[in-house]
This record gives sequence, C-alpha cells and structure tokens, in this order.
Amino acid sequence: MRALPVGEDALLVEVESGEEAQALHAELLRWRAEGSLAVREIVPAARTVLLDGLDDPVRWVSELTVADIPPAPPHTHEVIELPVRYDGPDLADVAAHWGVPEREVARVHAATEFRVAFCGFAPGFGYLTGLPSHRDVPRRATPRTAVPAGSVALAGPYTGVYPRSSPGGWQLIGTTDAVLWDHARVPAALLTPGTRVRFVPERAA
Amino acid sequence: MSDRALAVVRAGALTTVQDRGRPGHAHLGVPRSGALDAPAAALVNRLVGNPPDAAVLETTLNGCAVRPRSTITVAVGGAPCPVTVDGRAVAWGAPVHVPAGALLDVGPAASGVRSYVAVAGGIAVEPVLGSRSTDLLSGLGPAPLTDGTVLPLGHVPAPHTRVDVAPQPAPPAELILRVTLGPRDDWFTPDAIRTFLSRAYRVSPASNRIGLRTDGPVLKRARPGELPSEGMVLGAVQVPPDGRPVVFLADHPTTGGYPVIGVVRPVDLPSLAQAVPGTPIHFVAVRRR
Repeated sequence: MRALPVGEDALLVEVESGEEAQALHAELLRWRAEGSLAVREIVPAARTVLLDGLDDPVRWVSELTVADIPPAPPHTHEVIELPVRYDGPDLADVAAHWGVPEREVARVHAATEFRVAFCGFAPGFGYLTGLPSHRDVPRRATPRTAVPAGSVALAGPYTGVYPRSSPGGWQLIGTTDAVLWDHARVPAALLTPGTRVRFVPERAA
Repeated sequence: MSDRALAVVRAGALTTVQDRGRPGHAHLGVPRSGALDAPAAALVNRLVGNPPDAAVLETTLNGCAVRPRSTITVAVGGAPCPVTVDGRAVAWGAPVHVPAGALLDVGPAASGVRSYVAVAGGIAVEPVLGSRSTDLLSGLGPAPLTDGTVLPLGHVPAPHTRVDVAPQPAPPAELILRVTLGPRDDWFTPDAIRTFLSRAYRVSPASNRIGLRTDGPVLKRARPGELPSEGMVLGAVQVPPDGRPVVFLADHPTTGGYPVIGVVRPVDLPSLAQAVPGTPIHFVAVRRR
C-alpha cells in the first residue's frame, strides 16, 4: 500500500487488487464513522481509494503506511436484487467472446453474486465485480451515442447498469426496470460502493 | 407562482444556476459542481446582502436578460460587462434596484467569460442533494436557462453583511498556474515533464465547465496502457491520449482513467473561469506546503 499526495489536501491510496481496495475502503469508512479520520470525500475506485479534503495529509501518509487493513467484511450489506431481461443487442457478441451459447451468458450472469466496487461515470453508475477474469470482454470498438436507461452492460471485468440514457461503449446484454438513481429518493443511488447485487431474470410473460 | 420570481427574456449562450455545489457525493459518481469563479459569486452575493451560499446566475460570454415580477436588488460581477435596466446603463459590481416588470440586461463580457448575477434572496429553485447548481456533466440540478424560464426567488435576508462596492480582479491576460506534480507524473517522460513546466499552452475553445482544455505541445508518456479508473480531484491536470493537458473544473467526472500529471492549486482555479480561448497558460511547479 502506498499513499500518493494529490494536490494540497488529498491522498490517492494505491493497493494491489480490487479486493484490497474494497477492504481499504471499508476500513476508511469505519475510521471516519468512529471519528478518527476527518475527510470531505472517500472515493473508492479500481485499485485505489482517494481521500479528498484531508486536514493533515502528511500525517496520513505515515499512518497509512503502517496501517494494518483487515480483509473486507464479507456480508456487511444486504443483497439488492435487480430484475433483468437478457435481451441486449450485444448478447451474441458477448456469447462469442465467452465461447458459449447466448442462454449460457444469461445463466452465468444471473448465477453470479456481484459487489459494487465503486461508482463513477454518472450518478448512481456502479462498477460491479464478481465475474471471473476469463469472462472479461472488451468495450465496443465504436461507442453508441445513446445507450437506453436501464441497460445492463459488460466491459472489462465489470458489469454496470446505465442509470439514465447516455453515450456508452459497454456491451449491452440486458435491461432492468429498476430505478438506479432518483435524486428525490433517500438514498438517491440504489447501488453504493460495497453493496451486493444479484440479477434476477424476469419470467417470460 | 408568487411575485418573487424572474422571467428569463434572453437566456444567452449558456446561463446556469450556481451556488457552492454539492461536494461529499463523489463516491456515488456525483460531481461537485458550483460556480466556476467562486469568489465572484460570493462577492455579488455580498453586494446584495445574501449569504455566500445563495444561488446566483452564471452567464457565458454574452450575458442574459431577465424581467423580475417584483422590485428586486441585483448585483452583477465576475466578467465585466455593460448592465442596463430598461435600456438605461446602471452600475456593474454594485447593488442595483430593478423595478417590477423592468428588463435587466446583462450584456456581453467586455473581458473574461463568466458574469455572475446575484438577486437579493437568491435563486430559489429546488435543491438537489443540498445544492441548486446545474451540473452539466451529469444533468443534476436545474436545466440551463432557456427563454421563458421562470425562476423563483428566495426571501430577502436582513442585509447585515452588505457592501456597496468591492474590488474584483481583472480577467487574466495570461494564466500562471501553480501545480504540484503527481500523482501520476511517473507516467510521463522526463522530457514531457520539462515540456509541461516550461512551454506555453493556450486555452482551447473546447473548454467548458467540466474542464479547461489546452492547445500546445503534446506530452509523451513513459509507459503505454491504461490506468485503472481512479478518483479525481478539482484542479487535476489529466492528460488524455492526444497528449494535451485538461484542467478539471467544477463539473469534472469523479473518476477517470487517464493519468494526472499534476494538480493546480485551488486558489488559481477561479482565474480559469475567466480565461478566454487563446489565453496563454504557464504551468509552474510548486512544492507542497
């Protein structure tokens, strides 16, 4: 683990893996909750956690260097179930990448328990991990100018759901009617870092 | 709607509602947003007796025009511009009374880019996550103004902190941006670091509230490949594959995968809000305090 200074009052704490980043994020949230860490933003990402708005970043460089971070607690969050129809326009391409029939893509995806590793790209857009690395898929060579809201999509090691219509280059495998983001709701984001997620296929009508 | 409202007669090129933004939600992918020239927004609020977090209008290059339904006190600051009430010239950078039904016209910026219009009581659109700011990256907050938009106004506060005149910095003829290097300066060749810190860049016309884009020498990377997405801070100087630095402003994405060569000191950022395309930029390395 190393802490890289960012500007005057932020640190980018870098670790070796996504699992370590999740563990570090959980521990930093615990420190903030108990009052030992005063910081404006704690932003987890793929291999890092950003601490933005620290009173004393120099002290935290040394504190973090010697810190013993326990593994992420496995079941701290309830599982959020997202109804899904595996009807995306890129299902065949993903099946070809995986070397399996399309229905097998749906079966594998629906059998996986995901975890929100981090959010970004758009409010409420979670980067979900859980698929094994041999299921990684590339982004589309040409991004779409408009991906519909509710699209369930894959890129690299991640699954994501588009909270609203936006341009996007991910492979679209399905659709959910779940509302990922509603700023009038508390909390506004359905998926927050650490949340466990399952996709539940809707029965055909 | 009550009389405490403004009708937008001329929305201008891009006029948005801005306050101090919505920090604290970056982990959900929510940009901080807020007025790009925050000191100018705070100052026009003081001129009309508002608290510093009241919402104001932020114009872009060619101002805007509004018609209040009741008599109001306004102040215009930031980029200097002609200000008229029913065609009669009134003061810029000072409190001005606008009678009910009169036309307040905030003219094109004489220099700089963004003028700020504070109305006593503040713009009282519904807040989203604690802020009334328009966020152009994610679409949170009120949409940019269009002709005919009606904006509610808040109640006029007791003007205990009001000032009548205040000095405002002139828009910059050139930008001297103090940067601390990192966190990903090791992704660039020593030659690229020297180039970044010694050659002149210019403000690109493609700049917006998300980032100040630059034209100038390309910065070569020392290593290929992509960085896994990581958290981004305000003022981060990100270098996309075209090799030209982009300085992240208020509506910047919360995570990104291009390496950040350095971070501009926060006190230098308001000047970026007022830098017209073509303005020379010099990045100067400073040590952390």
